[in-house]
Amino acid sequence: MNEILKGILTPAFVYSIIRVTTPILFAALGALITDLAGVINIALEGIMLTAAFFGVLVSAFTQNMWLGLLAGVLSGVGIALILGYFSLNLKTDLILAGIAINLLASGGTIFLLYIFAGDKGTSSSLKSLVLPNINIPILKDIPILGPMFSGHHILTYIAIISVVIVHYFLYHTPLGLRLRAVGENPDAADSVGISVIKIKYIALMLSGIFAGLGGVHLSMGYVSWFARDMTSGRGFIALAAETLGGRTAIGTTLGSLVFGAADALSYSLQAFRMPSEFAQSFPFIITILALGFYAQQQISRAKKRKAASRR
Amino acid sequence: METPILEMRDIVKIYPNGVMANKGVNFKVMPGEIHALLGENGAGKTTLMNILFGLQAPTSGEIFYKGKKVKIASPHDAIRLGIGMVHQHFMLVPSLTVAENIVLGMEPKRGVFFSKEDAYRITKEIGEKYGLEVPPKERVQDLPVGIRQRIEILKTLLRGAELLVLDEPTAVLTPQETEELFDALKKLVSQGKTIIFITHKLREVKEIGDRITVLRNGKNAGEALVKDVTEEDMSRMMVGRDVELIIHKTPSKPGEVILHVENIEYTPPGHNKLLKGISFSVREGEILGIAGVEGNGQRELIEILTGLREGDSGSVKVRGKELFGATPREIRLASVAHIPEDRMARGVAALASIEENLVVDRYFLPPFSKGKFSIDVKKIHENGEKLVKEFGIKAKSSVVPVEMLSGGNIQKVVVAREFTSNAKLIIANQPTRGIDVGATEFIRNRLVDERDRGAAVLLVSADLMEVMQLSDRLIVMYEGEIVGYFDSLDGLTEQELGKYMLGIKKDAPEKIKEAVVS
Repeated sequence: MNEILKGILTPAFVYSIIRVTTPILFAALGALITDLAGVINIALEGIMLTAAFFGVLVSAFTQNMWLGLLAGVLSGVGIALILGYFSLNLKTDLILAGIAINLLASGGTIFLLYIFAGDKGTSSSLKSLVLPNINIPILKDIPILGPMFSGHHILTYIAIISVVIVHYFLYHTPLGLRLRAVGENPDAADSVGISVIKIKYIALMLSGIFAGLGGVHLSMGYVSWFARDMTSGRGFIALAAETLGGRTAIGTTLGSLVFGAADALSYSLQAFRMPSEFAQSFPFIITILALGFYAQQQISRAKKRKAASRR
Repeated sequence: METPILEMRDIVKIYPNGVMANKGVNFKVMPGEIHALLGENGAGKTTLMNILFGLQAPTSGEIFYKGKKVKIASPHDAIRLGIGMVHQHFMLVPSLTVAENIVLGMEPKRGVFFSKEDAYRITKEIGEKYGLEVPPKERVQDLPVGIRQRIEILKTLLRGAELLVLDEPTAVLTPQETEELFDALKKLVSQGKTIIFITHKLREVKEIGDRITVLRNGKNAGEALVKDVTEEDMSRMMVGRDVELIIHKTPSKPGEVILHVENIEYTPPGHNKLLKGISFSVREGEILGIAGVEGNGQRELIEILTGLREGDSGSVKVRGKELFGATPREIRLASVAHIPEDRMARGVAALASIEENLVVDRYFLPPFSKGKFSIDVKKIHENGEKLVKEFGIKAKSSVVPVEMLSGGNIQKVVVAREFTSNAKLIIANQPTRGIDVGATEFIRNRLVDERDRGAAVLLVSADLMEVMQLSDRLIVMYEGEIVGYFDSLDGLTEQELGKYMLGIKKDAPEKIKEAVVS
């Protein structure tokens, strides 16, 4: 036990938390924007997976990592638009459309992987690129803090900046205000001439961008290849992180960190001969416990509110 | 003569389901007046205003605004013309601040950012200009209804409204808030605005209205200057007289008390008290009617009695058994039948067949249940065919989905189920609303038959003819209270009853206590 603690309480462990939190945080920001606009984006998983694939594919064929990043993000937006078309224009059930998109992304990327890489498992035969890590001057030389916060993947820093941008976008811009109004009371927004469907499309596209960045981080940073179903539930965990964070940008970041920490812990525990099946289930156990706790709080808060209104 | 600010000519509205809500209505509003649009629920007021605000397209008819013919296809068009609407259900976003709600859709900017300071300033300025002060920085969810309504009014004014439509604005307000609203409206008129005020409260019309237009049954029923008419005149115009149906009814022979209701209190979350100590009883072999203009607590009372809504306090005893707060199934098993007000939402499962709908309250009991885990499909079919014939439900067979039927036949499915459960208590809420004359007559006669069989019947209806023809005893509800009680309907006139329904007249508490018999 002591040994485990020693292994965990190191700068390297904090570094690893930040690293594994990155894709969850991106997706969770996407979840936040759509949720506030009144669209539960259950297709985040498929968006991430598609972006991860196209990032690898385009970077391998163009040998330009930035084009890879762009392709990944654009494919994420494309998938989000498909969800928008089905749920907003054709009025299909949002959850069903989301599930269909996730299945399409899973099967579709394996199919394309086989065509382009000749393998149904990984893209190791493709010479894809990764985006760089960045050392931050001065910070990198500070003991303890340096190894924790410097030398991260470029997208990790973009994720941190994104939190601030999303916060300002949601709470300090006219579009953010309209987006929240649409999510909470579409009739009210409609009655003052705001196009509800347009706002929801914008929200979906933004969530496609962020979840797409998360996907690209997985295949062009976290590892340097694409593997089938490599998102392994991060899109769903992101929804949980957003809910747990109380639907705010800062809260969503903290929620993502909780799951990132659970994820990082599961890797560390594997190193200590914990059965890997158990260690890998750890983040999901945390998800269930966290959501249970959250639901409990919501219920007691609702009860209090009811009691207050009786008075 | 001055040009009217608004004139609606020969407005006809037929809904896709065939209901004709406006049958050639004419409506004229002069600039600078407070014009009350009067009528009972279902008279067509809301439809007319929805057409004006572009929420619904008229089937035919013309609209003139400031003398020019206009086409209003959406609320956007209406707002652009200068028509603002304050809906009964506020169009506000609760978690946003007052200022954010007011400027939503036309937000002030500094650079790319939304300027809260400017929004606060705009809110403060417009509030001061019209004497409708609101706290700009508070969240709407923390504010009382009266303030929320002001925010709605300010929203329309900020968008340049000249003509304001207020849909039953006082329904949700306390008396003090109502006074404040009226002061504000008078001020608005003095600043050149015109106001259309939808209501059925005559006292309020007398207090602030200049002119009235009365609608009844989708048609114009009168137009007058408020100073020329009395409340009685207005109520006569509103209520009118329907086609008389023949109901065969002998004097009642009441037996023991079946339903005993005591002191029901209910306050919906975030609203004013809706039920203020309702007590009455119903005996076997009699029909107790509850009359009243809709929205005076009848719906909530019935939902509490039938387990569909949780009341705050009180007692509901059926044959001595306490059922306050019991589940709908417990209540039904205590020999209570319920014909709900909204047949599509509560009365039937629209996609299920007639025969399935006829056993939803008893499929788990013999003869329809076979053991604990299966049902006897054959018995259910036989039962369905039998009841379709007995109740004259017009359908090819009992396996037809209920949604294929007309409104009257759907209601017959509901009553066929409720009248064959052999209940000791039948609660019928608006049992003949919106159905044809034949089905109406059939259902009314069956209600009397059920009474003669020995059932206790509680009948709620906004249809004056119906309650007066069927009831043996009658209570009148107004603003969540019983304001009138009649132990016999002999000699009671519609006009007299109308006064109670509109809150003009009220019985002494001792008289109302007599509604509880033993």
